[in-house]
Amino acid sequence: MNDQLRRTVPWQRHWLAVVLITVVLLAVPFVAALGGQAWVRIANFAILYIFLALGLNIVVGYAGLLDLGYVAFYAVGAYVYALLASPHFGLHLPFWVILPLGAGVACLFGMLLGAPTLKLRGDYLAIVTLGFGEIVRIFLNNLNAPINVTNGAQGITLIDPIRIGDFSFADTTTIFGLQISGPQKYYYLLVALAIMVIIVNVRLQNSRVGRAWQAIREDEVAAKACGINTRNIKLLAFAMGASFGGIAGGVFSAMQGFVSPESFSLMESITILAMVVLGGMGHIPGVILGAILLTALPEVLRYGIEPLQDALFGRMIIDPESLRMLIFGLSMVLVMRFRPAGLWPSPQRRRELAESTR
Amino acid sequence: MDTLLQQLINGLTLGAVYALVALGYTMVYGIIGLINFAHGEVVMIGTMVAFTVIVSLAGSGMPPLLILGIGLLISVLVCMVLGWFLERVAYRPLRGAPRLTPLITAIGMSMVLQNVAMIIWGRNYITFPPMIEKHIFHIGGATFTNVQVAIVTIAALVMSGLIYLVHRTRLGMAMRATAQNPQVASLMGVDINRVIAMAFIIGSALGAVAGCMVGSYYEIAHYQMGFMLGLKAFTAAVLGGIGNLAGAMAGGILLGVIEALGAGYIGQLTGDFLGSHYQDIFAFVVLIVVLMFRPSGLFGERTGDRA
Repeated sequence: MNDQLRRTVPWQRHWLAVVLITVVLLAVPFVAALGGQAWVRIANFAILYIFLALGLNIVVGYAGLLDLGYVAFYAVGAYVYALLASPHFGLHLPFWVILPLGAGVACLFGMLLGAPTLKLRGDYLAIVTLGFGEIVRIFLNNLNAPINVTNGAQGITLIDPIRIGDFSFADTTTIFGLQISGPQKYYYLLVALAIMVIIVNVRLQNSRVGRAWQAIREDEVAAKACGINTRNIKLLAFAMGASFGGIAGGVFSAMQGFVSPESFSLMESITILAMVVLGGMGHIPGVILGAILLTALPEVLRYGIEPLQDALFGRMIIDPESLRMLIFGLSMVLVMRFRPAGLWPSPQRRRELAESTR
Repeated sequence: MDTLLQQLINGLTLGAVYALVALGYTMVYGIIGLINFAHGEVVMIGTMVAFTVIVSLAGSGMPPLLILGIGLLISVLVCMVLGWFLERVAYRPLRGAPRLTPLITAIGMSMVLQNVAMIIWGRNYITFPPMIEKHIFHIGGATFTNVQVAIVTIAALVMSGLIYLVHRTRLGMAMRATAQNPQVASLMGVDINRVIAMAFIIGSALGAVAGCMVGSYYEIAHYQMGFMLGLKAFTAAVLGGIGNLAGAMAGGILLGVIEALGAGYIGQLTGDFLGSHYQDIFAFVVLIVVLMFRPSGLFGERTGDRA
């Protein structure tokens, strides 16, 4: 098969590309910082979303389980971190304890959601996961009485940043005469994590488990007939996707220093799903592209619309915030209209689509 | 006892609204298997249009009932056009595309509609002018208003109309045929495109009626109101077995009643640990529990796995 080929080739034949990408990745936070630290934060969020989108890609893209409540796991990870590393309970555990713990708890939630929904398919599954996400959010919003666990809608503040010994990711340090700000440090941490997720995704794709997921996605009955334990394999997809969400949530908490239920609305789940579908479901470069585009587009619009309106009409005709979301929605519609398989679909998927529409 | 009766009445009112909206989801789903996420937004637009018409006619000296009627009519017409437009522009070009593609389009359209509404009607809550004088009726310690009576009656009338349409007319027959098998239906001379467009148009009209009801019941409207309403209604449709008209009606009413009862009793049940602000949870908890035991909804047909 050609996966032998695929496994060895990229690093050897494309070494130039690898070097180039490394240089670009290293340079991004410094280039972005020229436009202000806000842009570094946007770059960080883009990477965090790549992380999330790739986690969801395991569930939706590989196993074909439509999950509309993915943000619940992100929320669980974020709150685990926030509760164990903030003055709220007076706990300040180090990150290397909490991040895996957050991933574990999120994984548990993934199984909790996965187990009762194993029999459901397609859209029924979608609505149940959606309901699950809402339940988690409502609990986060209201678990401040009678015992104050989540501090309700106010959220949890003053969360510890990630710290290794005396090296804190929150403040600026100078290394070799180079000033590196907090967000820039997080950037490198996030890139490292994202690379880890990408490697896991690539390795999974052609593994035994990955092929089992694909079989389930294409035809569950046939997969079962071929001897795949569909129950365990589906649970595994949920659990793995959820763990990635949990880790992303923990990093989000540490990076922001603040979490509130507002960050984990259904809209967030939908945005992450849109990244996966818009980019090209099941195709790693596509998903990465989708995540970058959907993070960058609203920001570019934010900084572009106001000056543009000012230049065209001399004043604000339409509220820039709503115009921004309007264009965002419209571009989603247009992309799907003209590229139904996503912007950068996997070659295999494109072939399938060409066959089915013929 | 008083709480029980009171919550049943409230639940029935709410349930009637859910049922009407759920029908819009289920009709479209039954025919083309698409979750029309933008349907909640159509309902919201319906409320907003009715509001604008009613406010602009309020000073004209016409009888209030006539104004309400005109508001309802115009809102239904606008929503029908909107439903047709959605189908034509956003969904029709995507037939035969991967299953998730139209879902993303629907989400995109819903964002577009929400923000268009915000640009037109602003981001604040708008209050409906009270057009009908409220009468309060007492029954066994519980109360209900004439508005509630009107909502339930109109909902019942509209739903019977729909059942008649689907089971007794040529269009209804074409719809059922298309739902069963589009290819064969088109071979039998059914114009599939027309049938699908009609499903959207009728669904949107029902949504507009529901929107007017919500507006006159809560006397308040907001550009984001369609979202939660749509979500609950979709839950109701799934609860009843999506694609099944009677299921959507039963699911809607069931959901409304469960929600009202839940909000009324949750404090007692959990020893005041959980309060009535958990109201929104019920819809989803019930849904998950029902689907665990009946994976295709309460009244859904147990279809075999796709061949």
